[in-house]
Amino acid sequence: MPHNPLRSPDDPRLSRIAGPSALVIFGVTGDLSRKKLMPAVYDLANRGLLPPGFALVGFARRDWADRDFAEIVHDAVRKYARTPFREETWRQLAQGIRFVQGRFDDPAAYERLRDTVATLDRERGTMGNHAFYLSIPPRSFPEVARELSRSRLVDREPDDARWRRVIIEKPFGHDLASAQVLGETLERVFPPESIFRIDHYLGKETVQNILSLRFANTMYEPLWNRNYVDHVQITMAEDIGVGGRAGYYDGVGAARDVIQNHLLQLLALTAMEEPISLSAEHLRAEKEKVLEAVRLPEELDRATARGQYAGGWQGGERVRSFLDEEGMDPRSRTETYAALKLFVNTRRWAGVPFYLRTGKRLGRRVTEIAVVFRKEPGELFGKSDTTEQGSNALVIRVQPDEGITIRFGAKVPGTAARVRDVTMDFGYGNAFTEASPEAYERLILDVLLGDAPLFPQQREVELSWRILDPVEAHWAEQTGQLEQYAPGSWGPLAGDALLARDGRTWRRP
Amino acid sequence: MIEQMPGTTISAVTRRLVTMRQESGVSALGRVLTLVIAAGDELDEAAVVAANTASNEHPMRVVVLLTREDVDDARLDAEIRVGADAGASDVVVLRAYGEVCSGVESLVTGLLLPDAPVVVWWPGNAPANPGESPLGRIAQRRIVDSAAMTLGPDVDRRFTGYTPGDTDLAWTRVTRWREHLAAILDQPPYEGVVSVEVVGAAESLSTQLLAAWLDLAIEAPTTCRFPVGDDPVEGLRSVTLSRPSGEAVLARETRSEAELRLPGQPLHRISLPRRSLSECLAEELRRLDEDVMYRRVLERLGHIRSQTNAGTGWMSEWSTVYE
Repeated sequence: MPHNPLRSPDDPRLSRIAGPSALVIFGVTGDLSRKKLMPAVYDLANRGLLPPGFALVGFARRDWADRDFAEIVHDAVRKYARTPFREETWRQLAQGIRFVQGRFDDPAAYERLRDTVATLDRERGTMGNHAFYLSIPPRSFPEVARELSRSRLVDREPDDARWRRVIIEKPFGHDLASAQVLGETLERVFPPESIFRIDHYLGKETVQNILSLRFANTMYEPLWNRNYVDHVQITMAEDIGVGGRAGYYDGVGAARDVIQNHLLQLLALTAMEEPISLSAEHLRAEKEKVLEAVRLPEELDRATARGQYAGGWQGGERVRSFLDEEGMDPRSRTETYAALKLFVNTRRWAGVPFYLRTGKRLGRRVTEIAVVFRKEPGELFGKSDTTEQGSNALVIRVQPDEGITIRFGAKVPGTAARVRDVTMDFGYGNAFTEASPEAYERLILDVLLGDAPLFPQQREVELSWRILDPVEAHWAEQTGQLEQYAPGSWGPLAGDALLARDGRTWRRP
Repeated sequence: MIEQMPGTTISAVTRRLVTMRQESGVSALGRVLTLVIAAGDELDEAAVVAANTASNEHPMRVVVLLTREDVDDARLDAEIRVGADAGASDVVVLRAYGEVCSGVESLVTGLLLPDAPVVVWWPGNAPANPGESPLGRIAQRRIVDSAAMTLGPDVDRRFTGYTPGDTDLAWTRVTRWREHLAAILDQPPYEGVVSVEVVGAAESLSTQLLAAWLDLAIEAPTTCRFPVGDDPVEGLRSVTLSRPSGEAVLARETRSEAELRLPGQPLHRISLPRRSLSECLAEELRRLDEDVMYRRVLERLGHIRSQTNAGTGWMSEWSTVYE
């Protein structure tokens, strides 16, 4: 694209509005689509970031007319949108809403879809730019990709005047081999730079703030290494069970569902070196280097832990055990809790363990990164005076209550020189009361703009599987029942033992 | 909560703010800047409301300064608003009478947040050279609003009295227009613009700023016209970018909508509501360093007005010529 004279680095006021385009959503009847995608599209329109020539096309099996679909979008927007409902915004958006009825394997439906977008190109001025959002089970990816290509909705011929992009959600395979197959399937139809893999965590403000915290400040980076850091804990806990997703969850498990993507991405952002710039290419280069440097300890038995939640009372509610969930195989050996110790084999991090844990039916819903510093040698203040003092820690709270906490020791008022832990807190909600945009808003806009820094590429996906595959293989060799943990607790005893072996404990988030 | 403190001093106000903070816990955390509203001699509630709304994005302390030098009795009255009456900010309204007005800096200094940037906003008339004024000197950023000023021929002073950090809400009001115009050139056909026409109301400095920006960036003959007529739309009316393949026209149709006409494309309707005061203020507070583009546009406008057929009055039409 040639230089636009109206854009200048001296003019930071101008936000970029997406160019003319149509967003085609497959699997538009799903929950994600109603609760996240449709409201995000509306919020973008309301903030004036969508182009006048914009269209939203739904593709699903239901027998709906355009009007019925518009009605569904309208209700979803009313219920879930972040910004206030404005009639003008809605009117403008509604003009470009279409629905195409069909099955994923029905060539005739793709013909209809092609006619619909061609008409939109003419009548709405979407100018041949189409993004396909595949909010569908991954087993349907190959089929949809094939049909998109066969109906010539997508081709690989380079064309400067228009673009085709595809957006997919996790899981990106279930191990290295399947991820490679999936990557090849998609890349047969779409060029690699047009494939946008959504990891909605990366769209969150706090996650992006990790980069600002580390590289826009001088006071943290000097400490951010093995000389000062004792270990790092990355936690993503949910208080709910698998519920209706039992069928999907069986055979997948917590490690594949969460560690492979979200937690390893958080690890990469925490441990990476400073990128040359914030461009997609440079960020990715640094993240890939870290993922490539990750090493598993020799004895996987002692470096991993897993479990399944038992039934019982959790916070005033009687809940089923994992094995009793509806549609679950009662002999399932799928883990609902997984913890893992990793090392990052770089000069900066040599010998510093990174502990990753995730689970369902844990104490509360929380995602955080805790950088725990080495203990102060304790010469000046006597042992008995510092018993209430733990290690200094810097905690990045990703959700909820986004912010940063620093824990340090302070003198207890009184005559004695006693020290205890206090915290200093930065809450996004305090400093910036304006609600930050939903992750999906940011990500959808980035796709329409063709801006890729927040999307993991195939290589990152493969590197993550390379880390996890040996663990999964090791677990597959074990027999017998998995350890059960009480719902609402912080996981199985094996998880605590994992840190206890190193003389450490999990932080209670 | 609103608390009146008649006949007081700044140190008493400061002490009271600290106590209120300890008692109720309100306004304890995370203020990012101090906004001084130099409101002249009468309290403009609209300005305070705009500041409170903008504080949702930029939590701040707001100091409203009202001066009545013509009163004999030298006195300072203060009013503190926190909690529900102040959005996400705390508001201190200072009413200075008589000789107290002579040291406006000293009135404000004690209330500035430590180590946080200071922004001064003149919602009505502003000094000719804001950067040289006593209040303007302590601020990183100075916001004036030429649309709210009784300007007359004085506008030309603005082109000489610029200090880095100055900005004008007349410039903020055209940001959305500029975004849409830039978005047009983001798309094919990537052709050069051969001429530009901007049409608007003569009273609106926004029209001239936008025209000067286009002239500066595109370097093509630009015309700025103020037709007189019965067109009900005030302010900026339309922008036409002419390219070899045809004209791209962005034109305001109603108070909330504009039309975009592009060759070979269907007519686009764009929702373009007039920007509220709080929206404009929130945008101004987003960056507190110098707005280099605004400076260059002001310089360009000053240059055009002195070089071309702009005539004497600041409301005259003008056009530029490129060889």
